Amino acid sequence: MSYNWNWGILLEQSPEGIGSYLYTLWLGLQWTMLVAAGAWILALAVGSVLGVARSLPGRWFSPLATAYVEIFRNIPLLVQLFLWYFVMPELLPRSWGLWVKQLPNAPLYTAILGIGLYMGSRVGEQLRAGIQALPRGQMMAATAIGLTVPQAFRFVILPQAYRIILPPLTSEFLNTIKNTSVALTIGLLELTARARAMQEYSFQVFEAFTAATVLYLLLNIAVTFAMRLIESRVAVPGLGVLKK
Amino acid sequence: MIEIDNVSKWYGDFNVLKHCTTSVTKGEVVVVCGPSGSGKSTLIKTVNGLEEFQEGDIRVDGTALKDKSTNLPKLRSRVGMVFQHFELFPHLKITENLCLGQMKVLGRDRETAMKKATALLERVGLEAHAHKFPGQLSGGQQQRVAIARALCMDPIVMLFDEPTSALDPEMVNEVLDVMVELAREGMTMMVVTHEMGFARKVANRVIFMDRGEIVEDATKDDFFGKPRSERAQQFLSKILTH
Ligand SMILES: Nc1ncnc2c1ncn2[C@@H]1O[C@H](COP(=O)(O)OP(=O)(O)OP(=O)(O)O)[C@@H](O)[C@H]1O
Ligand SMILES: [Mg+2]
Repeated sequence: MSYNWNWGILLEQSPEGIGSYLYTLWLGLQWTMLVAAGAWILALAVGSVLGVARSLPGRWFSPLATAYVEIFRNIPLLVQLFLWYFVMPELLPRSWGLWVKQLPNAPLYTAILGIGLYMGSRVGEQLRAGIQALPRGQMMAATAIGLTVPQAFRFVILPQAYRIILPPLTSEFLNTIKNTSVALTIGLLELTARARAMQEYSFQVFEAFTAATVLYLLLNIAVTFAMRLIESRVAVPGLGVLKK
Repeated sequence: MIEIDNVSKWYGDFNVLKHCTTSVTKGEVVVVCGPSGSGKSTLIKTVNGLEEFQEGDIRVDGTALKDKSTNLPKLRSRVGMVFQHFELFPHLKITENLCLGQMKVLGRDRETAMKKATALLERVGLEAHAHKFPGQLSGGQQQRVAIARALCMDPIVMLFDEPTSALDPEMVNEVLDVMVELAREGMTMMVVTHEMGFARKVANRVIFMDRGEIVEDATKDDFFGKPRSERAQQFLSKILTH
């Protein structure tokens, strides 16, 4: 294979006229981070509701939450994104549909919504597992001192469950970041899209994707590091001893 | 104080409690014993509504559990409960364990709650451990904290479900001592335990359960002197021989 390596290309101006190729990749990384952050916040919120709902037995919302998880977990993310972006506006009343389509940054909102709701189903499963891992007596002890069920979740169950699932949550956060690349299919100029644009304009495919890979890697390392920090900050002395 | 009136409970087809009737009056200490699986834990947990039951009714200080208008959390806040496995909240410091219910349920401010918590920790001899986490204490210490946590709520009655059976033998007495003192101060108590020494010392009555039934409900002297039922006699001879 004869390939002309040219790392200098990164500093050359892109034909889009906004700066160097490296700068366009940096712009892409910013969108990637924005989508990842938005989707992750949404995923945590949705996942918390789902995890709690599935842990309360025998009410109508438990089967509802189960249905949500099964649907969102089992449809490919790409399909979900297309459904939100192309199909959903058509199903809305006409004037709403128009308004949605004309939203500035519609791909951004759609990506956050689509990826967030999808990741929410996975976070919900993790949280449910975390809640189930707690001794049954914890809920009893919490309600025995007079806490209501919502208070028991807020002050006793969830603080423990979230601590237990921090490691899997880290990997779900990394998945969220990786999944943002799907947003290029609805026209969002995130990092992968920028790398592809660079390849098409410059024909330097290896440099383009190597640079993108390094940027993804740096981002994920930063997130992993931050989550470790959180883990050690919320660690409870002697908790390991209690596990029966 | 507690009236248990013809209570029956099923898990599916399995009849865990069969027409249980008894009562605990103010200041009384009632010990509940019986073989494993006889329904002791289930019975004591129905008293503060931690377990539901299908038939009969229970009244605590005149409030009927089956009454739809009964505010269960409020009722539970007045009934202290101590569990076999302590069930302290492991993510909270000892003082926070003691303050949580006071602040969130009784609406006490932090200062008042802390004062109460400190006083009760002193009483169970653990003031030096106030700022530790439960996982840093021994089993006996954790159970004393659990008793203090229940007492923080100024309960009108205390329920104990085998409070010493998960402890190493050398820690049993430190917990029993706290309970004996509590009983002598006039606390109304319902205690599931096989510690017959404790029963002899402070119980007013002993209830013997077998297969979901209250087989014997007698004063302490009657129970230890001449248990009427054969099952209770067998049970007693078994646990008293060692
Ligand atoms: N959630 C449940 N579902 C079905 N059966 C149960 C459940 N909880 C308890 N049981 C059964 O009910 C019976 C009474 O249980 P309980 O815990 O009240 O007994 P116990 O007298 O406290 O026994 P132990 O001395 O072992 O604590 C047991 O046979 C037990 O298997
Ligand atoms: Mg039991």
